[in-house]
Amino acid sequence: MNEQRKKIHPHKFTLWVAIGSILMMFAGLTSAYIVKRNQASWMMLEIPVIFWYSTFTILTSSATVQLALQKLKQREMIAYRRWLVITAVLGVLFLVLQIAGFMKFGELDIRLIGAGSNASYSFLLAISGLHGLHVLGGVIALVVIALRALSTTNRNYSTIPLEIAATYWHFVDILWIYLFIFFNWMK
Amino acid sequence: MSSETITHGHAVQATAHAHDEHGHDHHHEESFLTKYIFSTDHKMIGKQFLITGMIWAIIGGLFSVLFRLQLGYPEMSFPFLEDLFGKWAAGGRITNEFYYALVTMHGTILVFFVLTAGLSGTFANILIPLQIGARDMASGFLNMLSYWFFFLASVVMFASLFIQTGPASGGWTIYPPLSALGQASEGSKLGMDFWLISMALFIVSSLLGGLNYISTILNLRTKGMSMTRMPLTIWAIFFTAVLGVLSFPVLLSGAVLLLFDRNLGTSFYLSEIVVKGEILPNEGGSAILFQHLFWFLGHPEVYIILLPAMGMVSEILSVNSRKPIFGYLAMVGSLFAICILAFLVWAHHMFVTGLNPFLGAFFVLLTLLIAVPSAIKVFNWLTTIWRGNIRFTPGMLFAIGFVSLFISGGLTGIFLGNSTLDIHLHDTYFVVAHFHIVMGVASFFGMFAGVYHWFPKMYGRYLNTTMAYIHFWVTFVGAYLIFWPMHYQGLAGMPRRYSDFSNWQSFNQFADMNRFISTVAMVVFAVQLLFVFNFFYSIFKGRKVKSQNPWGANTLEWTTPINPGHGNWPGDIPEVHRWAYDYGKDGREFIPQTEPVGANESAH
Repeated sequence: MNEQRKKIHPHKFTLWVAIGSILMMFAGLTSAYIVKRNQASWMMLEIPVIFWYSTFTILTSSATVQLALQKLKQREMIAYRRWLVITAVLGVLFLVLQIAGFMKFGELDIRLIGAGSNASYSFLLAISGLHGLHVLGGVIALVVIALRALSTTNRNYSTIPLEIAATYWHFVDILWIYLFIFFNWMK
Repeated sequence: MSSETITHGHAVQATAHAHDEHGHDHHHEESFLTKYIFSTDHKMIGKQFLITGMIWAIIGGLFSVLFRLQLGYPEMSFPFLEDLFGKWAAGGRITNEFYYALVTMHGTILVFFVLTAGLSGTFANILIPLQIGARDMASGFLNMLSYWFFFLASVVMFASLFIQTGPASGGWTIYPPLSALGQASEGSKLGMDFWLISMALFIVSSLLGGLNYISTILNLRTKGMSMTRMPLTIWAIFFTAVLGVLSFPVLLSGAVLLLFDRNLGTSFYLSEIVVKGEILPNEGGSAILFQHLFWFLGHPEVYIILLPAMGMVSEILSVNSRKPIFGYLAMVGSLFAICILAFLVWAHHMFVTGLNPFLGAFFVLLTLLIAVPSAIKVFNWLTTIWRGNIRFTPGMLFAIGFVSLFISGGLTGIFLGNSTLDIHLHDTYFVVAHFHIVMGVASFFGMFAGVYHWFPKMYGRYLNTTMAYIHFWVTFVGAYLIFWPMHYQGLAGMPRRYSDFSNWQSFNQFADMNRFISTVAMVVFAVQLLFVFNFFYSIFKGRKVKSQNPWGANTLEWTTPINPGHGNWPGDIPEVHRWAYDYGKDGREFIPQTEPVGANESAH
């Protein structure tokens, strides 16, 4: 058992392997995008400005989840809970902004799906949509941890769950930055 | 040293009482529901995977009997088929739609539900904690979820068999545009959506399982169990899990885009298509894109199926030859090489899609390179049993059968890996024969070997040996009789996925051969039912295991009580002092891994 303390916590390790797995899915999708880009009837992507706001939101949330973790480690439970809830709210805000971004295409008369849609915009929807589902998973994890933190009967100061959630949260953040850069510069 | 001997000794003496002790410790926690249904015990989850896989194997095998009935007797009418399947077998003959549905479901069920979930799900769960010395998986909860996602996937796939328009029927590779357009075929309607949903659930199951296997193997090994002391089963399962974790998500991305094309009118895979006079609005899609995404999983999937069988066969051959495995590190290295190459050869499934021949040349080279690690493995298996003190237990017979089939099927892989030969052989019965022998039957043999070898650990009883020998010989001879002639048909150019060759001048000369193959297939299927009977009969009535280590094996699972409880070892987890293959060393028949290296003994 002593030997195990030196090692990374198995659940954390599992998360890192899962991150590798999720990366493979997005690598598959973005390489499909690159393959398609070089073929006939490809439309150049125009990314509405609203996606810059969502990018900024998720970047901020990465900082707040880190603050929450720091406060938990310092046992400042009130500040910890505050930053945790702020992170979850920012996560929801990110998703709302993403959906608003897709609504914007409707105003611009660009079809994402259905007849007359172009694969470039369909890709944007499919890839960002799958990313959004992963963010949603992170939000759910944060909400579960927040509910546990707010519960009065359950006093648990273990940092492991939040550390795992924070690592995942940073990952979906970085993943979005990658996708955002990809969509903007890989047109 | 002394403490370990005491621990070990304690385990031996405590065997008789271990079950009772366990009962006192945990009985209050385990209701029927938590013990058999929502269990987090890796051994129970392994058995759940095995039995679910067996049910699927019977269904998938039965489908092959039905379409072999059509292929062997195309002009005959079987009224009982109409009684059973109604419009799908109108007039007692299998309709074309039904034939396509049968081959598609046969492939899907056997590749994914039996040989992926049923094989690695079973043995990864049962063997990892027992052989590395852990109480359970890294996360028992994820492990339970893994089974239940598999169960859900099974329910959805099973339900798709009963849809009015039938299950998916575009082949197990579900290539678009056929699979993307509901108006193109009955099997591309609702059945296809069920297929995709079921596979998405299956992928989640497989990923949850794989994550757990990897982190358990890397993090929860007992004291002294360094990576190079692990049994080869564990190495094989480890590489299998890595392959699955890296390749299944890519299939998921391909499937998600296909769902978009089917239901949201996008054009990822669809381009300028006319179906039944109707011009579709889609433009700019690429059907080949799907093949790239599919085979990026599809090829590693072959090794996901085969590697666990290789690992178990290595272990069983060594134990039953009473000799150390030959070239342990070469075995690990070749598993690793296969694992890397698996990701670099997917386009050899696509030589005839108009792939650039220059690019094809690289895929030919990389494909043929797989022959090197494969040959290393075969050489090491043969040298392991060479001049061994062989005990022909049923598990050992199936392991030897595996090696035979792997050689036979592997050699035809060299033919198919050449892009020029593939122009002639692509989509013929030669391909069918190749992958059935090397991946299908060989992996089944690995699975049977594993079941016969570890059944005493799973249920505390033996399988009936007489039935086992009948099962082995009929299956072994039958497998060659079924698939060997198919090479001949394939070389003659006979294409797969046709339900009737009787009106086809070039191939109706094979009518007798087809009838022969179909007859053998039915006999072999009947013998599998004998195995299933043996399995369930022996769970309850089999001969009881009396000694803790019935095979005289070195690995840790045989240091547990005969019927281990949740947690596996009643006392401390044993410490490991040596590798798993000290057989016939220093005049001793076998030296368990738990025994410290003696003063005059050379360490391994």
